Amino acid sequence: MLHIQQETKETELIVHFSGELDHHEARNAIEKTEDLLVLFPCDRLALELSGLTFMDSSGLAVVMNLFRTCARTKREFAVRGTPPQPMRVFEAAGLPSIMIFEKKGD
Amino acid sequence: MLKAINKMSVKFESRSVNEAFARQAVGAFVAQLDPTMDELGDIKTVVSEAVTNAIVHGYADKMGFITVSVRLFEGRALELKVKDSGRGIADVQQARQPMFTTGDDTRSGMGFTIMETFTDKLRVRSAEGRGTIVTMVKTLREREA
Repeated sequence: MLHIQQETKETELIVHFSGELDHHEARNAIEKTEDLLVLFPCDRLALELSGLTFMDSSGLAVVMNLFRTCARTKREFAVRGTPPQPMRVFEAAGLPSIMIFEKKGD
Repeated sequence: MLKAINKMSVKFESRSVNEAFARQAVGAFVAQLDPTMDELGDIKTVVSEAVTNAIVHGYADKMGFITVSVRLFEGRALELKVKDSGRGIADVQQARQPMFTTGDDTRSGMGFTIMETFTDKLRVRSAEGRGTIVTMVKTLREREA
């Protein structure tokens, strides 16, 4: 089960994913986050993952989709507070070399 | 041939909600080997990848059964097997290439790459119209007393 919550800080939209992100949750994660980008105009999207307890390669697809959406709409994109298990998946796919990964609290 | 010291299998319908069930069942079973957090995470991840492939590709147009089995061996080795009776993979070599996918935008094409990275050995046997068996072997590190 994946829970999605948002907060705004100045011109940054922070979207918190918590719980488990797999193929069953991927479509909802992409669509709900893209809806939030429409509802909360921002210059920067930070995907806050510190509450994520599991992620497989479906999470890579979610992050790549949001990365492309932000590039297309001229927004900055960052992934923040990634726990160790999801980070191993991101690293296996080489994502840290193509997008911004921030520590929690950055 | 090594003799298994313990084994289990679970069979379930190819519904995406069962991806979580499959990885949690395997995680609970391998817990008896006292894996590290990283090892347990890797095992749950590769089970999730193989089961998702069976659901999305094997049973793309119908519901079917998926069987996940685990065998534990002496020396902290384990074998994971994910079997479906779906449509099979026409070209296994192509399917295993990074970024290759026939899925939609919720698929990254990195499933097999993750399975290869997180295990010691990956074997894929598939026959079109018959199904696919993915077998993975992983040896856990010795835990210090």
